[in-house]
Amino acid sequence: MSTGYQIVVCGSIVPDPLQSLEPIAGPTGPALKNELMLPAVIDPWAGHALYEAANLAAKNPGSKVWLVSLGPKAKLQQVMMAVGQKVPFELVALDGPAGGFTDAHEVAAKLADAIKAIPGLDRSKLLVFGGWESASRGAGATLQLVGERLEICDQFQGVDQVSAVEGGLEILERVEGGKHQVSVCAGPPAVLGWATGSLGEPRNNPQVGMANMRTIMPALQRATAAAVGIGGIQYQSVALPTQQRVTRIVKDVPADEIARELVEWISQD
Amino acid sequence: MFSTKEILLTDPTTSTEGAGVERQTMNVDVVCVGFGPAMGGFLTTLSRALSDPAAASAFQSAAMPGMPPQVLCYERAEDLGFGVSGVVTRARGIRQTFPDLDPSQIPMATPVGDEKVLYLFDPVGASRRSAGLKVADRLAKTFKFLLKYDLDAIEIPFTPEFLHKKGGLVLSIGQFNQWVGAQVMGSGAVQVWPGTPVSKALVEGKQVVGVRLLDQGTDKQGRPEAGFMPGMDVRAPLTVVGDGPVGPVGRQLDEELGMPDGHHRRDWAVGCKMVVSLRDDVDLKPGTVLHTFGYPEPEIFGFMYVHPDRMASVGIFVPSWMDSPVRTSYRYLQHYMMHPYLWRYLKGGTLRSWGAKTLLESGMRGEPQLAGDGWARIGEGSGSTNVLTGSGVDEAWSTGVQLAEGVLQLWKEGKPFTRENLDATYVARRRASWVEAEGKVAEKSRDGFQRGMVTGLLGMAIAGVTGGKINLGPEPVAPHERIPSLADYYAGRIAPEELERIQKESAARGVPLHEALMDRAGWPAIPYDGQLLVSHQDALLMGGKVQAPGGFADHVVFTRPELCKDCGEKICISVCSGQAITLGEGSVPAFDREKCVHCGACLWNCSQPLEKGSERTNVEFRAGAGGLHSAQN
Repeated sequence: MSTGYQIVVCGSIVPDPLQSLEPIAGPTGPALKNELMLPAVIDPWAGHALYEAANLAAKNPGSKVWLVSLGPKAKLQQVMMAVGQKVPFELVALDGPAGGFTDAHEVAAKLADAIKAIPGLDRSKLLVFGGWESASRGAGATLQLVGERLEICDQFQGVDQVSAVEGGLEILERVEGGKHQVSVCAGPPAVLGWATGSLGEPRNNPQVGMANMRTIMPALQRATAAAVGIGGIQYQSVALPTQQRVTRIVKDVPADEIARELVEWISQD
Repeated sequence: MFSTKEILLTDPTTSTEGAGVERQTMNVDVVCVGFGPAMGGFLTTLSRALSDPAAASAFQSAAMPGMPPQVLCYERAEDLGFGVSGVVTRARGIRQTFPDLDPSQIPMATPVGDEKVLYLFDPVGASRRSAGLKVADRLAKTFKFLLKYDLDAIEIPFTPEFLHKKGGLVLSIGQFNQWVGAQVMGSGAVQVWPGTPVSKALVEGKQVVGVRLLDQGTDKQGRPEAGFMPGMDVRAPLTVVGDGPVGPVGRQLDEELGMPDGHHRRDWAVGCKMVVSLRDDVDLKPGTVLHTFGYPEPEIFGFMYVHPDRMASVGIFVPSWMDSPVRTSYRYLQHYMMHPYLWRYLKGGTLRSWGAKTLLESGMRGEPQLAGDGWARIGEGSGSTNVLTGSGVDEAWSTGVQLAEGVLQLWKEGKPFTRENLDATYVARRRASWVEAEGKVAEKSRDGFQRGMVTGLLGMAIAGVTGGKINLGPEPVAPHERIPSLADYYAGRIAPEELERIQKESAARGVPLHEALMDRAGWPAIPYDGQLLVSHQDALLMGGKVQAPGGFADHVVFTRPELCKDCGEKICISVCSGQAITLGEGSVPAFDREKCVHCGACLWNCSQPLEKGSERTNVEFRAGAGGLHSAQN
């Protein structure tokens, strides 16, 4: 019998957070200006979760990774051609709205239903991964709500590291003061909302891409419409993560001096 | 389908000898390089045929028996449509593929509406105009009441038919490519992989047997580092090369297999543009097309295309025959936008996207060998651009369609992809098409520009009217043969001593020399407004989010640094669209690949031939990763 994990990563696509994002009032609620034209990426926080999931799976033979992703099918397809080369996974696609903001409860309900519907999923091996918040939008609550709908009590947020240890999983969560809280969880099922983790972005591997493609295209073809963001909710306000940018060109400045200036600049806020 | 072999580390461009890491090999049926309009036409035509259940039995994979043909396309940019350009096109070939095309389904697309050709006067007095042109300007201004004069510009009353794009489309090629890419990938018949640069073609004798992907996990020199992953060899009976005018694979084939007799690539331009959100009160109709010439320098052509939703593409072309060693397209673009005729629309606008691209302006004279054993060339890199009508996208698209039709024919007939068979199917279709017929008319139409802007315009008009029978001007020379020194260019305007002082001061302060020289030549400072008029560095962040993933080698290399030390012009620095090339130690330019937008302008703007009499310059432009992250261009 396999002792591996069944890791389901919730990772949807967002407009590239490095682009100039501008909230506007759309016909069905708040939206982002020209969102369809903006490049889409897998939400960077969820991306970390996916790479950590693949890493954990690789270290624990018999493990498998699914990526449950909600987004407009055409954009999902496009993003998967980039993400699909990074790590092995099986896609579960939900055809979502083309843009705008969505309610975390609605999205969580659809994601939880999709996870429950994965054939052969064994709750005793289930780890639900995702980003602890969204880089472009979102209330940062979706993953917790997914966990609650799946009735998983062990939840960890701001995770930077997980490793299998004697007696379960050792998990490092970010806490105040630049420190980590170390917890040991008896094991699956558990929900882990990832911060950045510790892995770099994997290299593009054409073989991985070809292997993933065998499930990506069929998953996209059978993706059903997920009725989220279709009304019934009134938004009081929406906001994007704040960005502040100051450009200064310097030459021949020691790294320590640049670091000191950066700390000073960040401390101004 | 997959196999591995022990790595053979003899490639001097990667210097990975001794790494002992296995290079993987994969066999497919067709491997494609670059996803632009030409590859869009190729893959659209191919995927439609492969998706047709009725035709499934006719097309079988040789690489994976029992499966349909495995068609893979590798694109350097990190998503489809990143870093390409906005265009106005007649869209004849595109409409032939999509007879029911509804432009409203493609973001930023709209039918061509009002077209104007404008001559722009110099409102600041810094433009380098000849004495004859100055006289003509004075005369035109004196008699402006007889002309369609408005805000330092005159509308040309008569525009030759061949320049019009009536019935065509204004497009964002980024958005168009994404639209096409979604359809071809959605068919499930082909795969397009972005973020995967192709290093080179695998050439065995005269045959191309596939491609090698770029090594990952290397340092700047290409030496293996942690996580080294040798680029995979993707072997295929057919390699389709559509990597554009400066693509490394196409240029490799030119070097290894040779250009046809009498063909060369000496006429280039760098296009630099911005996509602008116009003010709410700007009432330009979508589809409005303005073509301009005369400013900021007489040799610089410009354009403004109006997209739906109050967006516009604005840009300039800096040509290789502009005999200036200070070819800073970004700053020239800013002066261009501030011309009164355009500024009334652009003032108060916001930068949405920005980018730059090399255009091969040699037309059919730059046509390489189109096909050989196991390979075929399509698109701009195959010399398809019509340099008379200024049209390239539709032509490129059509060459892709022609190749796909040829490939399908050969598959149906069970014939291999030999030179003979590709000549009889693909090349024959191309030779019989409007792309060829019109390309021949255009072939020598721009030669007049070798003698200057006025002769060039006259030559184009004559070539257009006579169907290419009469052309003005000599055959072009390589760009580096006609670049003047800084001293010669500024003779009579800046004294040699002052020029030397400016050079020294700029080097000491670490600031670009071209900025100081343009200031000194009378170009006013750009009044940065933080939303449209922004510094070059800010444009990288605001207009394109230029990025490069780690673990790849530098793709711009100065082959013989000793030549750079003695180079007085260093046009590679002034022309660099992303300020990725700066003055480095020992007067050798330094390259920062994280700022490179892969426009390739450094390749042909270098004033130093690699060797005496060589067509090659001292800049090597290899395969690389990263670039712009914007599909709005």
